Amino acid sequence: MAGTAEPPGFLLTTLDKGVNWARTRSMWGAVFGLACCAIEMMATGAAHHDLARFGMEVFRASPRQADLMIVAGRVSQKMAPVLRQVYDQMAEPKWVISMGACASTGGMFNNYAVVQGVDQVVPVDIFVPGCPPGPQSLMHGILMLQEKIMAGEIKH
Amino acid sequence: MSDTPNVVTGDFEAPTIKPPTADESQPSATAERRREIHDIWVAGTEEPSWVRQATDEGSQEMLIAGADQAIAVQEGTVVSDDYVVQDDSDADERQILNMGPQHPSTHGVLRLHLELEGETIRRVKPIIGYLHTGMEKTAETLTYLQGSTNVTRMDYLSSFHVELAFALAVEQLLGVEIPPRGQAIRVLLTELNRVSSHLIWLATQGMDIGAISMMLYGFRERELCVNFFEKVTGLRMNHNFIRPGGVAADLPDGWEDDVEFLLEKVPAGIVEYEELLNENPIFLDRTVGVGVITPEECKAYGVTGPTARAAGLGWDLRKVFPYSGIDQYEFDVPVGRHGDVYDRYLVRMEEMKQSLRITRQALETMPAGDYRSDDRKVTPPPRKRIDESMEALIHHFKLFTDGFKVPAGETYQAVESPRGELGVYLVADGRSRPWRLHVRAPSFNHVQALPVMLTDSLIADSVATLASIDPVLGDVDR
Amino acid sequence: MTDQDLPTTDTAAGADDPVLAELAVLFPDARFERFEPPVGPAQDVVHVAPADYLDLVTAARNAGFDTFVDLCAVDYLWRDPRFEVVVILGSMELRRRLRIRVGVGGSRPTLPTITWVFPGANFYERESFDLYGVTFDGHPDLTRILLPDDWEGHPLRKDESVGSVPVQFKEAHKAP
Repeated sequence: MAGTAEPPGFLLTTLDKGVNWARTRSMWGAVFGLACCAIEMMATGAAHHDLARFGMEVFRASPRQADLMIVAGRVSQKMAPVLRQVYDQMAEPKWVISMGACASTGGMFNNYAVVQGVDQVVPVDIFVPGCPPGPQSLMHGILMLQEKIMAGEIKH
Repeated sequence: MSDTPNVVTGDFEAPTIKPPTADESQPSATAERRREIHDIWVAGTEEPSWVRQATDEGSQEMLIAGADQAIAVQEGTVVSDDYVVQDDSDADERQILNMGPQHPSTHGVLRLHLELEGETIRRVKPIIGYLHTGMEKTAETLTYLQGSTNVTRMDYLSSFHVELAFALAVEQLLGVEIPPRGQAIRVLLTELNRVSSHLIWLATQGMDIGAISMMLYGFRERELCVNFFEKVTGLRMNHNFIRPGGVAADLPDGWEDDVEFLLEKVPAGIVEYEELLNENPIFLDRTVGVGVITPEECKAYGVTGPTARAAGLGWDLRKVFPYSGIDQYEFDVPVGRHGDVYDRYLVRMEEMKQSLRITRQALETMPAGDYRSDDRKVTPPPRKRIDESMEALIHHFKLFTDGFKVPAGETYQAVESPRGELGVYLVADGRSRPWRLHVRAPSFNHVQALPVMLTDSLIADSVATLASIDPVLGDVDR
Repeated sequence: MTDQDLPTTDTAAGADDPVLAELAVLFPDARFERFEPPVGPAQDVVHVAPADYLDLVTAARNAGFDTFVDLCAVDYLWRDPRFEVVVILGSMELRRRLRIRVGVGGSRPTLPTITWVFPGANFYERESFDLYGVTFDGHPDLTRILLPDDWEGHPLRKDESVGSVPVQFKEAHKAP
């Protein structure tokens, strides 16, 4: 992709690509399903739209063992510090997908109780629109994240 | 253990309600303790040696103050000789364990404070509010036609039921009647929604207990139901389809074949799951006698739905206060005996079969006609008429911008959702937006009744019990 | 809006209703109403003063309404008892429901708690306190339940705004 600054040298470039390939092919998610989007996330991981074929074999309960946090659902004011704490506990490299309208911008709930966009709390790499996004949309978002990592656009 | 629950058939009579007699699965000391006023865990009455952290139910700080000390200990720059300590620990020392809000047990963001004595839970405090969305406040800013987009996201697993409760409450105040086809479509969709909600319950219950393949099986059958919903309403979840005045659109062509397909595949799946789990000794060990609640406690806490029916209370709103023409369909209501997790499992499996029975009847007897009321002040005109008639254009415009006005009044209308009594208390004041919309969520009562079910049980049982009451946190926190 | 807007049929409950007649005798100041909508079951409503509230709830439970269904608060901003607490009880034997409405006002709206009568009211009263600021005397643990503990204000009151913020456009790059 145009505009990517590549590290100098042939050997390091190949190593970089290899590292990126390995990172994308076994991204394990952290369990962070909050509301309706969580059900669609579970459906994406279930048999019909299988996420395991992309390497996302399991969703780990412990954030220490996870690379990817899919924030699925509306984030309330009480939940925001918890979200931040779970994000901080994840080890580098880590990525965040904001799934659904409520996580991306607060969705239809523009009121006192919902954080208007989870990127006010954690840095987000991919926003997936939908209310809730179907499994195909979520998979598209995950694959786009994988492409971006492979291309070196997102360095962590 | 494997006896089928009492099935209450036909014209339903109020049951005689007796507490389970001298139950061998419960020691008498526990039974004695339960008859006292339940120990309500007051904030701040934890063990004095427990240190309060900033992320407790208290002021929420973004970063923990005093984390440097903890990190220093972890890194090894500070060594605390905590193994050399006065030996004042006796066997009865209690420990606080925090479960959640980020939890692998995928019921949402519920947080449980458990006070443990070894492996036994002595006190439980559910802490909710991590999904509070201010939906009741938002409802006051939306018109009645927009209202179902809001309420449908409360109990997102049975969204048709919430929409139906809201639509029925508004129709009571408006005084409109829904034609038979509209009512039959509502029954068809809500009963299939009951099936898909129970399938998700089965998936998560199995996964929590350890039967992880149940997760995949439950979602496999749910995909079939959800594909049908997508064909009818346009969305897999959160449909906004059942609106005051009827339903949003008619059933698509070929819907009979889709329902036939469902009626062929889903019962076959249910039979497979029963073969897998009904007499499985591990499943029985983990669920029989676990998480018991008595009928009196159900009534005192307002626990309804499959949880109350498993405890012996034959109470189903579809039979007692029928709505939307559901009394035309023949179905039975399963009632359990012991009030434990296994009975709730049996009750829900049977309910799925009964819902499919209603679906078959709805398929065979679907009346022709209008799918929504023809009161032009409430329902929008058909789209092709907008080009022909000025009046239709004006009605359409007024309904979708300003909304119809509901005369002043208040009403309470409840439906039988897969979780229990889901009620809507609506106060209208003559404008086009509600003055007050309160949703009586069944999961709110069930989460409140958790201390009753979990006190003096093992910590491993807490996961099974929590899965069996099937809470949906969107309902609890609204 | 006023209570006169509610459609009523028979305010002297008791002619054909022994259960409510019993309550009417015990609480002569309470006002009974029956709302019969064109579709749906009839609904019984009792308006009672705060002084009789706890006794009425206890008497209703003894009269057979032993299932706790709902408790919520409503803010009628321009009416004199500003808030109203609505309790809905049900009876499985009698197969009916009863709605009890209590007007409560003043600068510090307070009612006695019914947690000791119906344990299920615990969380509901906490929620009414959290969102409306109505306190319940005798409640064992009246703390905020849905909002963080250090939240200020009672958001569902009518004089508090929804809290909507203008839409923020973010500099997210779309995929080419």
